[in-house]
Amino acid sequence: MKKSALGLGLLALLVLLVAPQFLKNYGIYLLTYWLVFIIATMGLNLTVGYAGQKSLGHAAFFGIGAYTVAILLKAGVSFWLGLPAAALICFVVGIILGFPALRVQTIYLAFATLGFNTAVWLVMRNEEWLTGGTFGINNIARPSVFGASLDGNLAYYYFTLVMALLLAALLWGLLRGPWGKAFTALRDNPIRAESLGVDTRAYTLLSFAIGAAYAGVAGGLFASLVQYIEPGPFAVGSSIMMYLMVVVGGPGYFFGPVLGAAVGVLLPEWLRFAQAWYLFVFGVVVVLMMIWLPDGLLSIPDRIRARKQSRLASETRAKAAQAAGAKA
Amino acid sequence: MTHARNHNHDRPEGSPLLKVSGLKKAYGAIQAVGGVSFEVQPGEIFGVIGPNGSGKTTLFNSMLGQIRPDAGTIELNGEDVTRLGPLELNRRGVGRTFQTLQVFGKMSVRDNLIVAAQEHQGSMFSRIFAPTDSGLGAKADALIDQFRIRPVAHQKAGELSYGQQKLVDIAMAFMSEPDLVLLDEPCAGVNPSLVGGISRLLKELNSKPAIGSTRSFVVIEHNMDFVMDLCHRIMVMVEGQVLAIGTPAEIRANRQVLDAYLGE
Repeated sequence: MKKSALGLGLLALLVLLVAPQFLKNYGIYLLTYWLVFIIATMGLNLTVGYAGQKSLGHAAFFGIGAYTVAILLKAGVSFWLGLPAAALICFVVGIILGFPALRVQTIYLAFATLGFNTAVWLVMRNEEWLTGGTFGINNIARPSVFGASLDGNLAYYYFTLVMALLLAALLWGLLRGPWGKAFTALRDNPIRAESLGVDTRAYTLLSFAIGAAYAGVAGGLFASLVQYIEPGPFAVGSSIMMYLMVVVGGPGYFFGPVLGAAVGVLLPEWLRFAQAWYLFVFGVVVVLMMIWLPDGLLSIPDRIRARKQSRLASETRAKAAQAAGAKA
Repeated sequence: MTHARNHNHDRPEGSPLLKVSGLKKAYGAIQAVGGVSFEVQPGEIFGVIGPNGSGKTTLFNSMLGQIRPDAGTIELNGEDVTRLGPLELNRRGVGRTFQTLQVFGKMSVRDNLIVAAQEHQGSMFSRIFAPTDSGLGAKADALIDQFRIRPVAHQKAGELSYGQQKLVDIAMAFMSEPDLVLLDEPCAGVNPSLVGGISRLLKELNSKPAIGSTRSFVVIEHNMDFVMDLCHRIMVMVEGQVLAIGTPAEIRANRQVLDAYLGE
């Protein structure tokens, strides 16, 4: 990693550690909400950004994770068992959802995953005996760690921050190694990848499974954060919003979800001053970004670099032409 | 550092590396390949030529597991690989290049080479813990030097010129030290000044490669001078049939070939 990037990362970490001290309860809650969505979209960024699988079903995994933790907590199971269970169940369901991706791609895959999301959402809404239906599940407890309660918003924020950092480190380790290259190869050119021995089937399924597991953990953290869940936040609209977060941040950029989730979660709050106009302003911002920054916010440094390179190249050519002219 | 496995250790002494027998493939009423048989010996550069529609590409795609032949067998190192897909074939030591550029544009040149061989190292699980370059850095550097692409080694492959990308593309096929490399029109779209360079490189890769041992190639190519200069033996196909197989000198002297294809 470049020194400047490392410095920026450390500064961001410092801000994340210190900022809540200056925020009121709602601000801390909102930051935690943002962290939860960073975790969820980190997973989606793997599926969509790195492996190139167009999934519009991510909110379903987010919901499965949330309901798993909530139901298990109600059954008296520890949060510390519930959270890994949420990840595991989502991993397995993620593999199953990956199978259509072996047959169809692009918009067809998007619709297949969208159908899956709707089906899961219907289960959440209709199977009252399990999920509480539209009434949902309330009074979801927050865990304690080594005897220290995480009930307070500040404590839960720091807990979520640690989880986000751990999961980010895990993903970073995975993506900078052979798996990261294999996912990118799968995204950029699956036929070529296969001809080089990349098991595109396995990596496709894994990209869904790992992405889903991240959403599952995020869902579990979400359930304990909001302490009341109902099917609403896990509908197709949320999947589209998460996809938007990945695209806005920069698909295939490791830190894309940090910015993308900020746009999706924090920006609407900052736009509250616009009152009734806030959704309109948000919509306009998104439209403008899609026009000028289709590769996301984190593509800006790459764009500047590319522009600089092409300017340098044209200057070199001009000088060479001038030199040739002088000789002649 | 781990080493790519020796793909051909099971091959009986003196037997061909590749043996294609009675291969047939029809599309509806059109017999694209109508019973083609040939052998490629270890270390041999084998050219396949023929006019458009002669069945070269169908033959190639069958040999690469892209399409299933209707009849016939393909043996690699004595093993029947007729029904295997591209992935299994690659794992058994078959490398390939495509007619069009197929590099991973957003990865660096060096990473393109590393990803081209990393899946031959260890198991999927063990690769989670493998170093970033899968222990293939030295091998990638050797090929980068052999292909004379050192100055662009750390640039994104998609940002290079067509000729440079072509070199990366070819180098990728050699990273996993395959026994057999199938080259689909390696000169297509290439500047004439680079054609000689590619020919020189392929000869080098055949006789004294920077990594691994001697390679065998099957080359489909329209550039006749290139094929005549490079290949040890050439197969001429016309309308899905083998018209002749022989050395470049024999092919040049073959009356039938001249009439049917070379038109001289």
